[in-house]
Amino acid sequence: MAIDLTVNGTPQRVEADPDTPLLYVLRDDLGLNGAKFGCGLGQCGACTVMVDGRAVLSCVTPVLLMQGRAVTTVEGLGTAEAPGPMQRAFIEEQAAQCGYCIPGMMMRAQALLQERPDADDAAIRRALEFNLCRCGTHMRILRAIRRAADTMRHAETAAPNGRAG
Amino acid sequence: MSDHSPLPLTRRGLLAAGGALVVTVSLARPLPAQTGDGGGARPPKPAPGSLAQTPRLDAWVRIGADGAITVFTGKAELGQGIRTALLQVAAEELRVPPAAITLVTADTARTPNEGYTAGSQSMQNSGTAIRAAAAQARALLAQEAARRLGAPADALGFADKRVTAPDGRTLGYGELAASLDLTVEVPADAPLTAPDRLSVMGQPLPRVDIPAKMTGGAAYVQDLRPEGMLHARVVRPPSPAARLTALDGAAVEAMPGVVAVLRDGDFLAVVADKEYRAVKAMRALASAARWEEPATLPGDTPIPDLLRSLEREVGTVDAKGDAGPIADGPRSLRARFTRPYQLHGSIGPSCAVAVMGEDGLTVWSHTQGVYPDRKAIAEMLRLPLDRVRVIHTEGSGCYGHNGADDAAADAALIASKLPGRPVRVQWMREQEHAGEPYGPAMMIEAAASLDGNGRIDRWTFDVWSNTHTTRPGGAGALLAARHLAEPFPAEAAAMQITPAGNGDRNAIPLYAIPNTRILWHFLPDMPLRVSALRSLGAYANVFALESMMDDLALLAGADPVEFRLRHLEDPRARRVVELAAERFGWTGAAPAPGFGHGFAFARYKNHAAYLALAVELSVDRGSGRVRMTRATAAIDSGEIVNPDGIRNQTEGGIIQAMSWTLFERAVYDDTRVTSVDWASYPILRFASVPDRIDVHIVERPGDPFLGTGEAAQGPTAAAIGNAIRSATGLRLRDLPFTPDRVREPTASG
Amino acid sequence: MGRRKTRRNSIGRGLIGGAAVILALGAGAVAWAWESAIPPQPRPAAESFPAELVAEGARLAAVGNCIACHTVPGGRSFAGGLALPTPFGTIHSTNITPDEDTGIGRWSEAAFTRAMRRGVDRDGRHLYPAFPYDHYTRVSDADNRALYAYLMTRTPVRAEAPANHLPFPLNIRMAVAGWKLLYFREGAFTPDPAKPEVWNRGAYLAEGLGHCGACHSPRNALGAVDKDRAWAGGEAEGWTAYPIDQDSPAPVPWTADSLTFYLRHGWHPAHGVSRGPMAEVTGNLVGLPDADVAAIGAYVADRMGPPSAERLRRGEDLRALVSRRTADAGAPPGAGPTAADSQARPPAADSGRTGGDERGEAIYRTACATCHESGRPLPFGGLPFALSTAVNAANPQNIVNVTLFGLPPGDGTVSAVMPAFGGALTDADMVALLRYLRGRFSDQPPWDGLERLVADTRSGAHHVAVRPADGIERAPQNVGAAD
Repeated sequence: MAIDLTVNGTPQRVEADPDTPLLYVLRDDLGLNGAKFGCGLGQCGACTVMVDGRAVLSCVTPVLLMQGRAVTTVEGLGTAEAPGPMQRAFIEEQAAQCGYCIPGMMMRAQALLQERPDADDAAIRRALEFNLCRCGTHMRILRAIRRAADTMRHAETAAPNGRAG
Repeated sequence: MSDHSPLPLTRRGLLAAGGALVVTVSLARPLPAQTGDGGGARPPKPAPGSLAQTPRLDAWVRIGADGAITVFTGKAELGQGIRTALLQVAAEELRVPPAAITLVTADTARTPNEGYTAGSQSMQNSGTAIRAAAAQARALLAQEAARRLGAPADALGFADKRVTAPDGRTLGYGELAASLDLTVEVPADAPLTAPDRLSVMGQPLPRVDIPAKMTGGAAYVQDLRPEGMLHARVVRPPSPAARLTALDGAAVEAMPGVVAVLRDGDFLAVVADKEYRAVKAMRALASAARWEEPATLPGDTPIPDLLRSLEREVGTVDAKGDAGPIADGPRSLRARFTRPYQLHGSIGPSCAVAVMGEDGLTVWSHTQGVYPDRKAIAEMLRLPLDRVRVIHTEGSGCYGHNGADDAAADAALIASKLPGRPVRVQWMREQEHAGEPYGPAMMIEAAASLDGNGRIDRWTFDVWSNTHTTRPGGAGALLAARHLAEPFPAEAAAMQITPAGNGDRNAIPLYAIPNTRILWHFLPDMPLRVSALRSLGAYANVFALESMMDDLALLAGADPVEFRLRHLEDPRARRVVELAAERFGWTGAAPAPGFGHGFAFARYKNHAAYLALAVELSVDRGSGRVRMTRATAAIDSGEIVNPDGIRNQTEGGIIQAMSWTLFERAVYDDTRVTSVDWASYPILRFASVPDRIDVHIVERPGDPFLGTGEAAQGPTAAAIGNAIRSATGLRLRDLPFTPDRVREPTASG
Repeated sequence: MGRRKTRRNSIGRGLIGGAAVILALGAGAVAWAWESAIPPQPRPAAESFPAELVAEGARLAAVGNCIACHTVPGGRSFAGGLALPTPFGTIHSTNITPDEDTGIGRWSEAAFTRAMRRGVDRDGRHLYPAFPYDHYTRVSDADNRALYAYLMTRTPVRAEAPANHLPFPLNIRMAVAGWKLLYFREGAFTPDPAKPEVWNRGAYLAEGLGHCGACHSPRNALGAVDKDRAWAGGEAEGWTAYPIDQDSPAPVPWTADSLTFYLRHGWHPAHGVSRGPMAEVTGNLVGLPDADVAAIGAYVADRMGPPSAERLRRGEDLRALVSRRTADAGAPPGAGPTAADSQARPPAADSGRTGGDERGEAIYRTACATCHESGRPLPFGGLPFALSTAVNAANPQNIVNVTLFGLPPGDGTVSAVMPAFGGALTDADMVALLRYLRGRFSDQPPWDGLERLVADTRSGAHHVAVRPADGIERAPQNVGAAD
């Protein structure tokens, strides 16, 4: 069946079996590498994307539910040439070893900070409980998210039309 | 290696002295039991790193007529940052920015054969070779420039891929290289840059692979999508010894998008046009298959009983003086330690892409060894070696011999039946959990006694372990090959006692003890498939050894740090112990109630990196929960190429080992593995992450690279155990330290 | 539960009326209510308590679930400080470690026993009934002695509990005396000689320390257990505590055996996985001897009474259906948890009943059935919804909670995990799915007010405590719920 959705700001129409997890649609039909297959069970968070601003595990989300929804993947946060604040923070903190889990981490953190720009360390850890890292990059991931939170707060206060942080 | 610790002349010592030939042979033609980290054996005058096997300069460094610089390594990026570190080394010696170099990693068609990327040896082997080759290339460029410009070679400047004479005349690398013969051998004394003149090495160069990984670039084998690619899934036998008794795949073949249902013996696979259709077809095929399942797993047999029952051979790892038997008494200790089967558990399950083209089979794999994997795949498919090419493409984090080679074999086998179509095989989570080779269960029985001066005078250490190396090698190492109608049986495991160690890795204490006896009780049979997991036997051996050291310190009435120093002669070992203690603030004072401090030290493989670790943790005996609050490590891994890389690897090593130590154990009944996902095999999540980890690096300019990736595992387990004892008085000797083992006993009787 | 008002609706009126009553009664009861301070004593040395007494205390503390309320998520056990939202305001649990300044280090055994028996602290102040002394009053002196020994041998933690936030007059401790006068009856447990010993043991544990009724009973406007309807179902931390009397909504009737298994393991193949606050209860019971768990199971089963022949027959049919499906999935019965996903059976075609909601059916088939029909056995596999109490209960709160927030993974702990679907499902999709589940997997009437319930639960207007399913740990707080 045909599903109309918005991915990283671009309207897309995809033809897929309705039970197909969003993950496969993003990766195989739309060629987006950011969301990763990790468990297919919603246990590890490697496939985390944002749907209408909330963190969603794309490996257990049938594309059927995505009609009319707005999906953001890590590609929607910026590019290698012009990384967004979250990506820049991860690059600056060198917060990756193999890096496989990192896009999921970034999307989980992005969803958290969009909803709660003032999220403290405890809130960040709590949100990240759903995301596994096996290389042990956790210290850097936490640092990167704190850095991104700072950047995003400053950007908001600096921007003329920005909401109050 | 200028800093060999004095090894006693034992079996091991003899092997080390005469081992050069063995190593040369093994790297040229990898043997199943060789991890590629047999490099501990070194000839008296070593050829630099992997130049011993691949001496030609142009195997490592090429400079095109257009000035394009390409550097080749047989090692693979596993997430450890090796790509960046090797670029730094090459850039330093070639006097160019790292970005000016194209680095080609492990590819059987293009790069040297450097065996496996394993054993924390990439810097020693490949880093050393590339550095020498690049330095020699620069020297040749300088020589040629000096000749053509008529200026003395030592007066030339290097910038912007050009060589410049004092008078300002310049020649590009490309035009110089065009008249040079780089097919020469790299001499053992290539003119390396002096330690005080390094400008790229020693710097925390940002990892070159990170930006793409952060932004959705194609960074992993999972991201390959060649034109016309099909998606395949395998259906594995539900238990290790299961045999297929009946299969009706007709309904599966009729499912939407299904291109093929393949069966060869007990090997089953489906191929479909779209990925989720392959998943659904796989599920349908799995439920259409009937299996006979002999009970071959240990069930609830306790680890000590299991390992004893499997013992077939005893080898002497080391013996000196008169160690044994140590009588029980007020100045002696005796204890048994166990470690369960544990998983690599990469976050991304194994994956591979293969295509059978007219000129042969190409496989993209996150294998640790493209050459050995090619050999095994060629054998399985009965193809000549030159008809198979294996290209390393990064996968999710690699911590040893995981499912990568097996997935590569799956893809190769399926692609061989569908010529012309690229096939991508992605393992499912439970296939990875149940199908990867585990880190072997181990048991250690240790005993020691103190002399009248509070020094250890006798030490015995008995290790029960399988081999930790069942890599390809032969096709029998591949799951798919074992399942074929004409199967390749797994090769029999043999005990090999080498300087680098295997199950016995780090079983020999680095401490000065006059009388020691170290035995490996070898278990050839493997009810659960096992192989190399980061640090091999060192994890359990250092855990046992360093737990004993703490208890012996207690017995001697000594501070654990001071007690270690009492027995350490190697100044580099003493330095990391002192540094970690100092930076941690180790005072010997009692920690706050409910908190504990623990210390541990090891020199990995007894000839690689030195690492000392102090941790602070809290123990809640009501819930049994242990939470590490901070860790301070000091590491000496020789000359520093990228300090941030060393920090990243060490932090990661500590956290991963912390997860093994506190939480992890494979679970099985007598037929099947039952820990098949993160619910049934849980690992550390963010709530358990320490508040801080500090890594202090000892600078050793000009010293050989010692490797980093596996220095922290053993010390972490021991430091945690020692800190729990410090907090509670409870000595835990069975891994993992799950809440049920930490919680105060409540059951009556 | 549609027949009676939910507690939230009655809170506002209850507060105003109740406050007045309490003020009047409280003032009038001062003389009756006066309790003297018990002098402080130096903390007894840990070694002064026999090890077996301490161990017995540990088992009893597990039954009492003391650690759950007296521990902040991720914090030190028994150090208190957990905010307990009550309909009347926020109360913080106290530090019951033997710290001399901030805990109970200076309490004598007599002071401890008085607190348990009468709800009075060492200084003689009345304790808020969030501390369930209306149940603990039944605990024997001998058991209080063991509990005291256990708590006094914990690691002392210096931790001051934050101030409570209660409106006047509830912030006047003496007002609690009025509440006690109305609702509290002191008295140790008296065994029923006509019942077997195991029943009496179960009754003692369940009605006393176990305080099952604290959550599983309706409460009146003043927060007191409605004694006439004890165990008729209640609420805890945003979750429905099901009736555990003859009105149990479990599709397969509970038995002494199944209750025992459930309490012992935290799950049962015919009932599912414990979650919400019940996960902490079952997590704690790990330390309890089998015999005590079995006694609780026997007593609760007896309180539920024998199921009707009709319920019994339906239950048998359901169990047969489910075990047939498991067998179809290729897993030999009793083989234990095996494959998570790929080796599992694909979802079967729908049997026909759709609940009249095609959208809901489509969601179920694509998002739920892959786990809930996979044939993977519990606790790791999804419960077939036909067995689900949540789908068959009068109040849909728990199925809403689990669907929105999932079963969060425990940290390094073996536990059932279910992903949260709150982000993927819109409110409309949630409602469609729930209608479908109700229609297809129960023969109960449709739920009313789903739209509102889903919206309020998602927004946090109805606050739900969502924690990992590893019971005792409680960390981190409220994972996944919108806060």
